[in-house]
Amino acid sequence: MGMTMTQKILAEHAGLKEVKAGQLIMAKLDMVLGNDVTTPVAINEFKRIGADKVFDRQKIAIVPDHFTPNKDIKSAEQVKKIREFSRQMGIVNFFEVGQMGVEHALLPEKGLVVPGDLVIGADSHTCTYGALGAFSTGVGSTDMAAAMVTGESWFKVPEAIRFILKGKPQRWVGGKDVILHIIGMIGVDGALYQSMEFTGEGLKHLSMDDRFSMANMAIEAGGKNGIFDVDEITLSYVKEHADKPYAIHRADADAEYTKTYEIDLGTIKPTVSFPHLPENTRTIDKVGIVKLDQVVIGSCTNGRIEDMRIAAGILKNRKVHPNIRCIIIPATQKIWKMAMNEGLFDIFVDAGAVVSTPTCGPCLGGHMGVLAKGERALSTTNRNFVGRMGDPESEVYLSGPAVAAASAVTGRISSPDEL
Amino acid sequence: MKAYGKAIKYGDNVDTDVIIPARYLNTSDPAELAAHCMEDLDKTFVKRVQKGDIMVAGRNFGSGSSREHAPIAIKASGISCIIAETFARIFYRNAINIGLPILECTEAAKEISDGDEVEIDFNRGTIYNVTTGKSYQSEPFPDFIQKIMNVDGLVGYIKNQIREG
Ligand code: SF4
Repeated sequence: MGMTMTQKILAEHAGLKEVKAGQLIMAKLDMVLGNDVTTPVAINEFKRIGADKVFDRQKIAIVPDHFTPNKDIKSAEQVKKIREFSRQMGIVNFFEVGQMGVEHALLPEKGLVVPGDLVIGADSHTCTYGALGAFSTGVGSTDMAAAMVTGESWFKVPEAIRFILKGKPQRWVGGKDVILHIIGMIGVDGALYQSMEFTGEGLKHLSMDDRFSMANMAIEAGGKNGIFDVDEITLSYVKEHADKPYAIHRADADAEYTKTYEIDLGTIKPTVSFPHLPENTRTIDKVGIVKLDQVVIGSCTNGRIEDMRIAAGILKNRKVHPNIRCIIIPATQKIWKMAMNEGLFDIFVDAGAVVSTPTCGPCLGGHMGVLAKGERALSTTNRNFVGRMGDPESEVYLSGPAVAAASAVTGRISSPDEL
Repeated sequence: MKAYGKAIKYGDNVDTDVIIPARYLNTSDPAELAAHCMEDLDKTFVKRVQKGDIMVAGRNFGSGSSREHAPIAIKASGISCIIAETFARIFYRNAINIGLPILECTEAAKEISDGDEVEIDFNRGTIYNVTTGKSYQSEPFPDFIQKIMNVDGLVGYIKNQIREG
């Protein structure tokens, strides 16, 4: 029987000709990732295993992005621990503040993941790299520790859901709206344990930044991974960023899917997730009046250069509403510099927004914009769980950068068409 | 292996952000994490949980962030096993890797009430509600995963592998 894209990558890395859904396999890893929250726990486990070296100094990436630049003494201690470990082990891809960016924006940009790779990361949004036609998935710290020792990990081969995309998205609709629409349709456990495979002629209208933001949120549907067909758009990105060899895996014609959805991108409207689950979606015409206190544009979902450009296009010659704190966070140093050179910072600052150094910061209620009791934020991040951005009685709404920027101007959730 | 304790019950989609909020993630100390376990969902949990208690929940337990701090906090708070209709996959993996027993069983997850006394036999995958007298059967783990559980998690498993060369 045929295999899905994901199954082919898993089979190849397990040294098997064929794998079947449900099968438990051991597979070799091309990259193992950790951040400043998960790596300290992994180091404890690494020591308990009794190991004194890592399997490959090139194939581990450690990115202190969550509570950095260090927000307090405890965070500083955690980062110190991972910095010292990285030095001791000679880990090549440790990214200090100044090099650091939000991990899932950083790794593809640095060329550390290419099509056909198998990547695990002790961070749930590791699934982002599926945009490149790689298999990548989030794991915990103990998995990271074991992987750093052995270079392998165990997997249960997943079943898959196929999304055939066609048509062309309307104005103001980006990858974020498409994935919110899908999560609204299938629910937060709609793809539990499964791969989400994206294919179809509609892909040609989705940029890499759109695809990263879609693959990023596969986990928000419970998915094990989200993966895109490799096309010219992927390959030109890879050529620009990486010099590692890559492999293109396509699903067999007779690959089995538990479900197939055909989605006409042209019918999708800008979409917003209401508290406290990403599946609570409403199209922009149905949101009603939702007044806001804060707007955040950034994160591993929508902190890339296109997001910055879209936000700047809307904020140009406009002012952030006096009731709103508008916080803009380019996800990496490279994106930050591009945005600066393109004059986007002038637009943001003139509008009355702040621009932060790269960090996860407010996305997980860490720092740089934590919410007080009763406050409401619209954010281009990926989770709106209870207490995600601060007090358990605050609220988070999710959207793409166009709706977020427009809402910063009006002070309530709005379509850019209202301006 | 057996567990015996009273049930502490929650609903669907209990995410790792409410199990252990990010504001406490600047530490990895199990006791410190346990002191804030479930805080944003149920402030009474920490006060009422007793060693051996069994957590019972609905669908998609442990969704969201991959933070292993979540199962670590639950284990360190004294919970001996979690029964749910389904688990989010990273949580499922993490629980196995740190040796926190979990069972998927829709019927038991639905029917056990908060405060019921529950007995679990892990080898046979049976769940017995002592309060109501009803038993349930959950899927036993595949062999490979049982091997990891038998040595209290993935660290023990890898150590054995290294020892055996
Ligand atoms: S930006 Fe948010 S979701 Fe992304 S890695 Fe950071 S904390 Fe996680």
